[in-house]
Amino acid sequence: MKFLHLIWRNLLRRKIRTTFTALSMFVAFVLFGVLMAIRIALTMGVDVAGADRMLVFHKTSIIQPLPVSYAERIRATDGVADVTSATWFGGIYQDPANFFAQLAVDPDGFLRMYPEFAVADDQKKAWFEDRTGALVGRATLNRFNWKVGDRVPLQGTIWRLPGGEPWTFTIRGVYDASIKGADDTQFLFSKAYLAEVARKLFGPGSFGDATVGWYIIRIAEPERAAQIAKTIDTQFENSQAETKTNTEKAFAQSFANQVGDIGAIMTAIAAAVFFTIVLVAGNTMAQSIRERVGELAVLKTLGFTDALVLVLVLAESMMLAVGGGGTGLLAGWLLIWRGDPTGGLLPGFFITPRDLALGVALMLSLGLVAGTMPALQAMRLRIADALRRN
Amino acid sequence: MNWLAQLLAVVALNVRTIRQRLGSSLVAIVGIAGVVVVFVAVLSIGEGFTAALRDAAAPDRVIVMRSGSDTEMTSGLGAASATIVSEAAGVRRAADGPLASPELFVIVDVPKRATGTDANVPLRGVTPRAFDVKDEVRIVDGRRFAAGTSEIIVGRAAHGQFAGLEVGSQVKWGQNRWTVVGIFEANGTVAESEIWCDARVLQPAYRRGNSFQSVYVRLESPAAFDRFKDALTTDPRLNVTVKRETEYYAEQSRVLRRLITQLGYMIAALMGIGAVFGAINTMYSAVAARTREIATLRALGFGRFAVLSSVMTESLLLSLMGGVAGGLLAWIVFDGYQTSTMNWQSFSQVAFAFAVTPALLVQGVAYAVMMGLIGGVFPALRAARLPIVTALREL
Repeated sequence: MKFLHLIWRNLLRRKIRTTFTALSMFVAFVLFGVLMAIRIALTMGVDVAGADRMLVFHKTSIIQPLPVSYAERIRATDGVADVTSATWFGGIYQDPANFFAQLAVDPDGFLRMYPEFAVADDQKKAWFEDRTGALVGRATLNRFNWKVGDRVPLQGTIWRLPGGEPWTFTIRGVYDASIKGADDTQFLFSKAYLAEVARKLFGPGSFGDATVGWYIIRIAEPERAAQIAKTIDTQFENSQAETKTNTEKAFAQSFANQVGDIGAIMTAIAAAVFFTIVLVAGNTMAQSIRERVGELAVLKTLGFTDALVLVLVLAESMMLAVGGGGTGLLAGWLLIWRGDPTGGLLPGFFITPRDLALGVALMLSLGLVAGTMPALQAMRLRIADALRRN
Repeated sequence: MNWLAQLLAVVALNVRTIRQRLGSSLVAIVGIAGVVVVFVAVLSIGEGFTAALRDAAAPDRVIVMRSGSDTEMTSGLGAASATIVSEAAGVRRAADGPLASPELFVIVDVPKRATGTDANVPLRGVTPRAFDVKDEVRIVDGRRFAAGTSEIIVGRAAHGQFAGLEVGSQVKWGQNRWTVVGIFEANGTVAESEIWCDARVLQPAYRRGNSFQSVYVRLESPAAFDRFKDALTTDPRLNVTVKRETEYYAEQSRVLRRLITQLGYMIAALMGIGAVFGAINTMYSAVAARTREIATLRALGFGRFAVLSSVMTESLLLSLMGGVAGGLLAWIVFDGYQTSTMNWQSFSQVAFAFAVTPALLVQGVAYAVMMGLIGGVFPALRAARLPIVTALREL
């Protein structure tokens, strides 16, 4: 520790170079943080998918509805602990660009299925009691500056009211995602209301009255997921609506894959540049030590051991890397903490502790790599040679 | 004229001696090139996606959907409405009838080749007229589907991105078993992401009765649009929205384009700052390495301005090289790279190729030059201000 001052003075010798090297490290690690958040956002909830939840969709495609009558048959399937359903509403709030998911659900069953959606008890009660009430995720509520009690008009695109009238919902509550990354942008309302309107629009037994979008089931033993999926799908084979059952995780993964290479490519090329910046900074760090090899020889003349010289050089390089990179990572974290920069397109925009740890590991190894070569050089240096070089 | 001669002499000297500072110059070039690669590559995703949609639009083609629908997905039109639309004023007519194509648009699950997981691929039910209305569609392998059968033809990009769509193979969606009989091209546009079949076969398969989702119409001329639109919107039997295809596709690409450009600019800006710091370091060490030389020049009577300009020129030159190298690399690696992604508006896959356009390359190089300017200015000022006597004594 008594050499800390020496290391510090060494860093200050060329203030401009040290500053800018630290600054480029800083930027590189801000970038690293942002990229990790983008990666998480584009994989959309794969990591937070409940292990004990499965989704049952129409086999042909996700837009095809399933009969309401399936609910009881699925519930009766061995291994299924709970069943609820959701239907995509697809309404537009003022402008199609204001996209957020609206689902018609069974309020009680849905909240039971997603315990990570935290709602205050009085709001929950108010929502259950209002047929045209809505429960809105915190992110969407904030995005449009809505308040509980506001009336929100949504233009139906699938279920259009006569004359193009908008549907009007009263916001009865707001939910928070108690798990980081869970989707807090959804707009939920009662499927009984949807069914009632659908019956008026298209008659009894119609789309939206006798159908739901998909079923969500909870299974008691997650390790039996594959077998339960098979049992359910076999039941409905060769019926009017064949099903495809999958774990929520597998569904989230395939959805992320649909967004596709885009995220992977963006992270890959930006990672390449992260390393370019880091290499440039590392090179500068190495260069500034190479320039001082003569001085290091003087230190040795004064009686510093080889090992000590090695440690001193490494410590200097580490200090620069951790100083620049660490503040960068912190700044990146603060930047991301403010949430999605695109206004609602990337709901799960956050950085995981694992990625933070990865960042710290990266900057430590950078300090190590940038310092090792010149440090070894300095360590092996023979005093006479080095002094002669000047 | 004296200062100009001085300037040229110093710049020439600088440029000739770049080789001696190759290491750090190379680092600056690589850093800037890296930034430009990413900048151009990320934005070329947005360009490619937009181009696939934009180029699909013909100026005289119009799409008619149910009023209030912003995509075909949520639209619905009865057969009677579709007929009224086809007969409306302004529609181009061939000898055997109007150029109007009522269509159904649904999505089916098809596994993506790259990952093996299911993706939402558009399945379009069309009438034989579609091949006249969308005359850019040509069969390149196999043949058209036969009317009334469960035969499908597959767009070239869909064939490339999704598994199991070879000519002759069979796929099962719902109760129907479909046979692939042909592959089609459509000038690299969004239609190539689609699978086409006979609308009359698709209707019962998706229980759509005798209804469609959209009608594509070829107008007599682009100028006939207003007449056509007025005819439809004032017709009390209809409740439709009429859009030029150009307008419709511009809306379709809006969300993804916004996402990509916002993220792209954010990443590029951050990286640019990092690269500027790298450039500043490089130029400072270039100045430091030549302290004595600069002082000698000044002692010989070269002005501050000449010294300042020479450092700036070197910095600009390095960044220009970096910019050009980065642009070239992005163009070689990414231009034409085939991929597919979700079109958020229609909830279905669009296959497209990255497009590194000349405009993007110019932007990339301009960005590089800007980085060189900022990176060079402080070291240049420092070089110009060097006190001659102390500098001569250095080293």
